[in-house]
Amino acid sequence: MRTARFLAGRLAGMVVVLVVISLVTYALFLLLPSDPAQMSCGRPCTPENLAIASEFMGFDQPWWRQYLEFVAGIFQGRSFGSGPAAVHCSAPCFGYSFQLNQPVTQLIWARIPVTFSIAVGAAVLWLVLGVALGVLAAVRQGTLVDRSAMAFAVAGVSAPVYLLGLLGILLFGFTLDMVPVSGYVPFSESPLDWLWHLVLPWCVLALFTSAVYARLTRGQMIEALEEDYVRTARAKGLSEPKVIGRHALRNVLIPVVTVFGSDVGQLLGGAIITERVFSMPGLGSLLLSAVGQGDLPLLLGVVLFAAFLVVLANFAVDVVYGLLDPRVAQTQR
Amino acid sequence: MGGQQYLRQFLADRWALAGAGTVIAFLLIALLAPVLTALSGQDPYTYHLDALDDTGRPLGFGGGISTEHWFGVEPLTGRDLFAIVVHGARTSLLVGLAATTIAVVIGVVVGITAGFFGGWYDRLLSRVIDVLYGFPFLVLMIALGAIVSARFPRTWLVIIVIGAFGWPTIARVVRGQTLSLKSRTFVMASTAMGAGSVQVLTRQILPHLSVTIIVYTTILIPGLITTEAALSFLGVGVPAPTPSWGRSIGEGIGWVQTDPMFLIFPGAALFLITLAFNLVGDGLRDVLDPRKGAAVR
Repeated sequence: MRTARFLAGRLAGMVVVLVVISLVTYALFLLLPSDPAQMSCGRPCTPENLAIASEFMGFDQPWWRQYLEFVAGIFQGRSFGSGPAAVHCSAPCFGYSFQLNQPVTQLIWARIPVTFSIAVGAAVLWLVLGVALGVLAAVRQGTLVDRSAMAFAVAGVSAPVYLLGLLGILLFGFTLDMVPVSGYVPFSESPLDWLWHLVLPWCVLALFTSAVYARLTRGQMIEALEEDYVRTARAKGLSEPKVIGRHALRNVLIPVVTVFGSDVGQLLGGAIITERVFSMPGLGSLLLSAVGQGDLPLLLGVVLFAAFLVVLANFAVDVVYGLLDPRVAQTQR
Repeated sequence: MGGQQYLRQFLADRWALAGAGTVIAFLLIALLAPVLTALSGQDPYTYHLDALDDTGRPLGFGGGISTEHWFGVEPLTGRDLFAIVVHGARTSLLVGLAATTIAVVIGVVVGITAGFFGGWYDRLLSRVIDVLYGFPFLVLMIALGAIVSARFPRTWLVIIVIGAFGWPTIARVVRGQTLSLKSRTFVMASTAMGAGSVQVLTRQILPHLSVTIIVYTTILIPGLITTEAALSFLGVGVPAPTPSWGRSIGEGIGWVQTDPMFLIFPGAALFLITLAFNLVGDGLRDVLDPRKGAAVR
């Protein structure tokens, strides 16, 4: 019962956040001076043509009307224009790119596997690497292992993903010729090639952020090792790996999971940069080409989609967190 | 602890000191960029096509390093890389510091008022901070650049956009500190003596927050410098021909194999300045926040 209430509360909170984010983004994009109809009106653009284009795309409406139609489109799809020229965008419709003549959802969908492959693999690597390194540094506090781990952490924080990526390409791609330097192969085509193309991007993206997690884990671990329950566990005669793995680590992971939740957005940004370094056709290249073309519906669709994704991921982290740590669910109304 | 003791402790931290030295060096380079390029007899805008081969690749050793071009030249254009890196320091620091100023001002105002006034105002702002914390900014920043009128100066747009999204961390920390300061006796005494909210905030609370603000500002700077570089790397930041390390690195993608030095110089500059600010920030935090310092070192 309590868990159900907790879940319902979080779900309601998520919906509110989604509505606010989309409303603000929509207002921001449509209130700033830009004219998507103008851009795709063609030359010479007569005022009549412009009016027709604007009406067809729905940009002649006040921004809040457009927003409501956008939201309706997500749930039931929508049509632009009427008669034989009308285009249909089926649910969930995140808008329609008039320059590419395709629904935004379809465009995003085609790119998602690339960005997801990069982001998910990197996230796994960074959590595992970061936590392992942090624990190691905490246990061997003050030794050479600790100091090198922390030096690695500071250096890692300061090295931008794209710089690491290009150096990685130079070293492992060109000089040692171990991994491919660019491109993406779908998993369905060849799992091995998929993996092979992703190894370097994962390492590059994870190295950077794992350093942050190593520092966080180390600090938390050092504090945890001074707690009473750890002393009790040791007094019971448990071996040190068991004390750390079963008792201390569990408590250390809670703040790590929290930080991970707020880093999902950053992960997405990192994946976009990584895509560019390795010339992979993901969400980032879709977004950048939309910038180049001034494709407003596509820009709006990608931004909102990314925001929704992050909010959803945060919700998932929240729920996992609440279920793992019973105290959280209890203190929620 | 007095100020002197802080200073002595900071000076004893070799890494922080090295970081501070590097930061000062970069500030000097940025300030003296025209002088430095006058010394080398170059500027970041002039094309030197004679320094390139037919494919646009710099002639000679290490990307065209010579007594004329100290860091070699840029592929395709032959512009002097030393001049680009030195003037790039100006761009990087200008954008980084200006954006940080915006972020800190917003963060402090939001944090201090949320913590002080409490109630629905605080709940609302805290929620906003929570949402902004996990927001995929890079995506929004890239898109915003495309829809803002081309007449708006791009460099300032980059500064405003980065600053406008950089404030949640400071706001959160300042809010927490304000909450605990609010219940301290000197604040209550001031209120009891009839001081207005504005007076209590600026005269009593703000001075006590200065240490926190300094530390978090130092930590914020490298993050925002790399954000500018990332946007420029993606081609949506500071526009050409203004020199930018990030853009040079981005243009270096195609030259990694044939002219790696074109990547190394701007990359090293970016890495060094970020590392230096991080070391200073860490050092300051250790000195000024002893509890955290004990946990980290």
